[in-house]
Amino acid sequence: MSEVIVITSGKGGVGKTTTTANIGTGLALLGKKVVLVDTDIGLRNLDVVMGLENRIVYDLVDVVEGACRLKQALIKDKRYDGLYLLPAAQTRDKNAVTPAQMVKLCDELRSEFDFVLVDCPAGIEQGFKNAIAGADKAIVVTTPEVSAVRDADRIIGLLEANEIRNPKLLINRVRQDMVKRGDMMSIEDIIDILAIELIGVVPDDENIIISTNRGEPAVTDQKSLAGQAYRNITKRVLGEDVPIMDLNVSEGFLAKMKKLFGIKPA
Amino acid sequence: MMDLLKMLGLKKQASKDVAKERLKLVLIHDRSNVSPQFLEMVKSEIIRVIQNYMEIDEESLDIQLTKTSSEDGERVVPALVANIPIKGMKNAGR
Repeated sequence: MSEVIVITSGKGGVGKTTTTANIGTGLALLGKKVVLVDTDIGLRNLDVVMGLENRIVYDLVDVVEGACRLKQALIKDKRYDGLYLLPAAQTRDKNAVTPAQMVKLCDELRSEFDFVLVDCPAGIEQGFKNAIAGADKAIVVTTPEVSAVRDADRIIGLLEANEIRNPKLLINRVRQDMVKRGDMMSIEDIIDILAIELIGVVPDDENIIISTNRGEPAVTDQKSLAGQAYRNITKRVLGEDVPIMDLNVSEGFLAKMKKLFGIKPA
Repeated sequence: MMDLLKMLGLKKQASKDVAKERLKLVLIHDRSNVSPQFLEMVKSEIIRVIQNYMEIDEESLDIQLTKTSSEDGERVVPALVANIPIKGMKNAGR
């Protein structure tokens, strides 16, 4: 049974693309056949985050317009078996694709792959409507900030209005030190407000920036805390019951590591 | 030390609590597609009915449109939450 999952957030810059790249790579590492679809037409980034930017020939718009076959546009990630990327067009805009075309595309991909992960653009306009059109499920990404949580709430409402039931929440960039001193909303606070089921929590981790610099998803980095969080989330996507990571323990570990390398605590 | 400052009212409220309160309020408005006039109408009607049976504190009466999990836990559904402080019962109807 293949699944089409849209990764969305409303607000920009909260980590949709990073999440798509990491969950997708994580699923491929567990032996699933996965395609990542970048629907952010005009502002594509999943290609650079995945380190596949030099291999793009055709894109999503070429496919829906019939300028190439679907197979020609799919980029195979040579590092991870079973992982593919369908890049967005960079020189077009969101109106180049319609929701009906996205439904058709997702159904075609569904027959080839176990998982179709759709990276949604920021906003609630045409790009969002396209991204959710063919999806069965949704992961809503937020950070512990008022703006991101507010937008997540709006997105949850819009998903349900579009018959995408039971979206899951991913809370990104949690800083447990700030939560501890009462300067950041906790996981419980955010769930209390948004009232949806949690799929995972990703700590704020500089390894994400380092791995994005290199074009290698953090989920492959055994030493990265965020990588561990994404490995857990990947398992939950597959239906496994994995407990939510204890960020307090992790923070102690991180502090120890910092001490070890002579970095003063922030 | 922090507790002492809190007791003396010198410590500011934790910023995350401020965030949470502000969010809750703003979301009530974001979530409801109804006008404030509509809520006012509902409110005055509820007051009228309840006053037949109880004495209520109209000043601190609070009616909000919010959302909650559905009974099967599958969906989030809108809910009308009313907080109506009762001052006393009226004898009529007993």
